[in-house]
Parts: sequence; structure tokens; C-alpha cells
Amino acid sequence: MADVKAIIAKRVAMELKDGDLVNLGIGLPTLVANYVPEGIDVTFQSENGFIGMGNAPEPGAEIENLVNAGGQPSTVLPGAAFFDSAMSFAIIRGGHLDCTVLGALQVDEKGNLANWMIPGKKVPGMGGAMDLVTGAKKVIVAMTHTAKGSIKILEECTLPLTAKGQVDLIITEMGVMEVTDKGLVLKEIHPDLSVEDVQTATSAKLIIAPDLKTMCL
Amino acid sequence: MEKIITLEEAVSKINDGMTVMIGGFLGTGSPDLLVDKIIEKGIKNLTVVANDTSFPDQNIGKLVVERNVSKVIVSHIGTNPETGRQMNAGELDVVLVPQGTLAEQVRAGGAGLGGILTPTGLGTIVEEGKEKVVVDGETFILEKPIKADVAIIRASKVDRKGNCVFDKSARNFNPLMAMAAETVIVEADEIVEVGSIDPDRVMTPHIFVSYIVKGAK
Repeated sequence: MADVKAIIAKRVAMELKDGDLVNLGIGLPTLVANYVPEGIDVTFQSENGFIGMGNAPEPGAEIENLVNAGGQPSTVLPGAAFFDSAMSFAIIRGGHLDCTVLGALQVDEKGNLANWMIPGKKVPGMGGAMDLVTGAKKVIVAMTHTAKGSIKILEECTLPLTAKGQVDLIITEMGVMEVTDKGLVLKEIHPDLSVEDVQTATSAKLIIAPDLKTMCL
Repeated sequence: MEKIITLEEAVSKINDGMTVMIGGFLGTGSPDLLVDKIIEKGIKNLTVVANDTSFPDQNIGKLVVERNVSKVIVSHIGTNPETGRQMNAGELDVVLVPQGTLAEQVRAGGAGLGGILTPTGLGTIVEEGKEKVVVDGETFILEKPIKADVAIIRASKVDRKGNCVFDKSARNFNPLMAMAAETVIVEADEIVEVGSIDPDRVMTPHIFVSYIVKGAK
């Protein structure tokens, strides 16, 4: 399979609409910015306090006091705006953020997400993730389908939740799954895989969309 | 009233056991000289309210490493392994709060509010032990205001009265914390004469600022 992260990021980018305000999580979701389709004008938010985020600066061209939510050097595009943390989260919680893209440790068929702690092992904290997942109009989980073979898409999350019932769409290198009242609907599938392949890598029972499509790579 | 004081004088306002708010996001916009002076003076048992515990070699991260802190109220500790180690060893009390909730709790503390109602954390361990309030059929978690004895913040430009201008993503929690503490000390990259900052550009009005110290720049 070609570069898995690129497949995921490219497919997520196809979900973005002209005029959207979008927050990308740290890691894989950050790559989505590289694949925004031509003609689609998307504004990216950095929850530490600005909208209009651009690409990372070239080495040596870092700008003082300008970092992204991961603390890494960032840039702003013309039309950007800076603000404090209360306004940043008013944007997120107040229904002004069209889409957030995050990774997951676990996600389940009810749209529950766990991505902030593994009890007794790793407790980084939730940062802005709980507000993002609760407040964004559309929540996309973008991740590799399994973690070194261990299953991440479950009937029910076992790790502490980040938010309950907020995930709308799960995009992995294997396919695209929508969270519905009836469960997870597999809407698109990687061209090299069978439905059985995807189901084997998924604990939740997949509902196969009648018009199941091939993922555009 | 003369507000400009030395670092030595500024840190003499902070005593063992106090609750101290520290501005910044992963070190960007944090008052580095004030924190270094707290470490030098060996002030102990502080409760620190901040977005995160930064990196081990930076600002709040150093306070944790040097054991000036007995409790932190933060949204994220993942970039400072020492915070996690002390937490797991039972040496440091860590209260993790969603970032948007923390921002509003601090704002509420400074704004005379009895708390805030947020949907963030519903259905997660964040809601445990907290009162829930139903407003027009929607459920919210009641989160209480947070205040501090002292807030130490960082601004890029401050006039002699204390009017503050913050720079780019260094604003973050600084203006919120300036409202929520008994004593507010601002570390200013640049101190300018009264009247040289356009009133339209003032981000934190001088009435919130108790003392000003000159930063390293």
C-alpha cells in the first residue's frame, strides 16, 4: 500500500468545503493542509490563539512568538487574526468551527472517541481535544485503521472517553466509515481490499453501504 | 503609582503555598525571568494554574523539575515527562482540565461569575463529582471559577501604567490571568512611556496590572 498517511490525509481533505474554518490535530491530521483541493478556500485555526495558519516556516525563518498548538514554529497567511484562549475556545465551543480532524486511540460505533489517556501508562492530558470534539460541527477521526495490528475501531471504547457520541466520520487507509444511528456504515473502501479485509481489522460490525465506493487515492 | 519593580521585589510577593497563575502556551508567552527567580529563591509548595507544564527545560517545566510545585491545574502535561513521573509517584497533584474549560474558569474568576456551564466533558471522567445543570433541555457541567494569589504573565510591550500589548500567539492565557489574581506581575519585553500605546491597541488595561518587571529582551 502506498504511503498510508498520505492516503488518509488526501481523503480527509476532500471533506473540506469552500469557506470552512478547520482545526487539525497534531500528527497525521496536520498533513491534511497539504491536500486541500484547488479552488477550495479553507481557514485553519490553531487553538493556542489564531486563525489563518499557514505552513511551517523554512528552517531559519522562524517567527518569534508564532507557534502552533504543538509548540512548533508556524506562520500566518494574509487575513489572519490573533486572540486569547477564551476567544479561541468560544470559536470552538460556540459552533463557529466547521470541522475538526483528530487522531484516536479508540473510536466506536456510537461515535465515542478515546484519545487522551491510557490509565496507568500514558496521561498526556486532553489539551483542547474535548472542547474540539464537543464543539465542532463535524468531527473527523483520521488514523491508521489499526495500531500495529491491534484493533482501534470497536463496538465500545474501553479507554476513558474524550467525548461521547460526537464523531461523524472515520477515515483510515482501509476505508471511510460514517457514524449513524444504526452503527458504522462503510461508504468507501481501498481499491486493493475486500469488505472482509476491513471487517477483520474492525471489531464493530460494519454496515456496508448499498453504493459502496472505491476510495480515491 | 510606580509599578516598575525589580525581579527581586516582584518575587518577594510570592510565598510558599500560594496559588500562582502562569501565562503561556508550551512556553510561548511565559514569564521566563520571573520563573527563574522563583526557582532561585526556592519558593515551595506552589499550586500552579497554567495551560500546560511546558518542556522540562523551559519555564513551568523547570518549576516542576526543580520541585517548587506541589499541585498543577493544567490541560496538558504530555510534553513534560517529569510531570507524569511525579504524578505517578504520588509526588505531584495533577488536575487535568479541558483547555477551553480552563480558559473560561480563569475568565470567570476575574469576571465575578459564580462559574460557567459547558458541554465539554459530558459523558467523560471530567464530569465526575460535578454538578450538572439543564438549560432549556440541554445538559451542561457546572465548572467553578478559578482565582489565584498571584498571576505572572508576559507581554511584549507595556507602558509605565501597565497597559499591555501581547505579540502573536504569545497572548493565549495572559489577558485572562491578568484579571483573575490578587496581585498581577507582568514581565515586559519592552517598557514604554504612558501615551505611546494607542488606546485601541491595549489588550489588557492597566487597572489589572499591579507590578511590571523588565524582561530579558
